[in-house]
Amino acid sequence: METNQEIILGIETSCDETAVAIVKGGKEVIANVVASQIESHKRFGGVVPEIASRHHVEQMTLILKEALDEAKLSMDDIDGIAVTEGPGLVGALLIGVNTAKALAFAHQKPLIGTHHIAGHIYANQLMTDLTYPLLALVVSGGHTELVYMEAEGEFKVIGETRDDAAGEAYDKVARTLQLPYPGGPHIDRLAQEGEESIDLPRAWLEKGSYDFSFSGLKSAVINTVHNAKQRNVELKPEDLAASFQASVVEVLVTKTLRAAEEYGVNQVLLAGGVAANSGLRNALKEAFDGTGAELVIPPLHYCTDNAAMIAAAGTIAYRKGKRSSLQLNANPGLELGI
Amino acid sequence: MKVLAIDSSNYCMGVAIMDGDTIIGEIITNLKKNHSVRLMPAIDQLLEEVGLKPNELERIVVAEGPGSYTGLRIGVSIAKTLAWTLGIPLVGVSSLEVLAQSGRYYTGVIVPFFDARRGQVYTSLFKSEGTFVQRRTEDQIVLLEDWLNENKDKYESFLFISNDLAIHKETIESILGNKALFAPVSSTNARPSELARIGSSKEPVEDVHHFTPNYVRLAEAEAKWLASQKK
Ligand SMILES: [Zn+2]
Repeated sequence: METNQEIILGIETSCDETAVAIVKGGKEVIANVVASQIESHKRFGGVVPEIASRHHVEQMTLILKEALDEAKLSMDDIDGIAVTEGPGLVGALLIGVNTAKALAFAHQKPLIGTHHIAGHIYANQLMTDLTYPLLALVVSGGHTELVYMEAEGEFKVIGETRDDAAGEAYDKVARTLQLPYPGGPHIDRLAQEGEESIDLPRAWLEKGSYDFSFSGLKSAVINTVHNAKQRNVELKPEDLAASFQASVVEVLVTKTLRAAEEYGVNQVLLAGGVAANSGLRNALKEAFDGTGAELVIPPLHYCTDNAAMIAAAGTIAYRKGKRSSLQLNANPGLELGI
Repeated sequence: MKVLAIDSSNYCMGVAIMDGDTIIGEIITNLKKNHSVRLMPAIDQLLEEVGLKPNELERIVVAEGPGSYTGLRIGVSIAKTLAWTLGIPLVGVSSLEVLAQSGRYYTGVIVPFFDARRGQVYTSLFKSEGTFVQRRTEDQIVLLEDWLNENKDKYESFLFISNDLAIHKETIESILGNKALFAPVSSTNARPSELARIGSSKEPVEDVHHFTPNYVRLAEAEAKWLASQKK
């Protein structure tokens, strides 16, 4: 094996996507297959864990085969198997973990338990070289975190949400506006057509804090809708979406900018499903324009859950000598690390 | 033919290896411990013990349920992955059929069951012909009390085989009286060697990819959704 050209197969099943990817040298994606269950969960208005687990069992080997076929490789060509160990839905994680263990056992290959958020962050390495120190803003349905990285594989969470994740707030507000699941893209679209005309709170928390809180904002939106109904006032959903999005984006961008300055980072990475949000992308671009830090925003298919990001993060762990045993288990509360 | 049998469908976790007509190794535990942590190491250990490499396996047999949803998925995920990646046949066998084998020499009807909460059990009915345990009904989930009332006059005697006996013994005795017999604890762990034996002569699944556990019932959300669609 040539140095730094290791071929890692990644498996991701932490929520409602069954995904397998094959990545060479931690950067070059040679296969990336994602089976989304979103159509199945839509009718429930959110992800139902039991149904997600059932779909993963139905899809897993098919997706594995598809990825190997796409890469025109066999398991003999694979140097290691990286799998999402946590966080996520435990029943869903279990399918990926046990599949990865069986594969590693059958072919006597190294097994590498991988952190889902480390994956989201390292998705950026599929686009560009990472230069440290860097700051990553991770925003998804389950996470809102600011992560400082001094060097490769070293994660320090400097801020996180104290209640709802940003994506969660989006989903709840979408439900209040009776938009279909998943609500994020619908609010983003509506927001672009509306005016920021409704006064909604921004949760800055204590001075200097990089933590987030979105439950107050969510309640304010619900109250606004409720009050308007009682007083028979018509509320434009576009304006509500625009005002809500403005509040979320302002807090995220302001704290990210301040952290980037305080820590003197070279790069700022955006990661996680909410990175697909156009309001957030545009505001970040504007905020970081002319600053010393380079802003990296991955394309949409690397923002949402995928396995290429798991293979990329797994490659870093593999190089650092991390090997998991066949006792590897799903760990929904796994701490961020390599 | 070298057969690996895997059962993680209930608390009882089992792995067995059969070579031709011989069961060469078997591991059983009956513990409320995590199958996800222990199943793959148990398979690894047993193969090592009997001196087999994974690529020498020629067939995978898995207990397909009914049982714990999570437990089933762990076993089935491992079984499907091994069968597919090693390019060997996969066979699914009912978890109740495996347990029923302990009643082989009994002349009445054999009733293996697993508790399914709220007075319900997963069960099906078997009858022994010589040494061959024959299935009489499909695997199903029932309210045990209803099932007992329906069946009490149909048969002379019943042998119940279950590790969940403590939960249901009183109900069974109150309805069946002395028609009911209970297998002793040493006969109530599903034996993976029986799974291997049954699976070695059963027709493999046509398509490994599409094999799924036999959950017996729909996911709760799915059932509610279907009911709401009918309104
Ligand atoms: Zn994610």
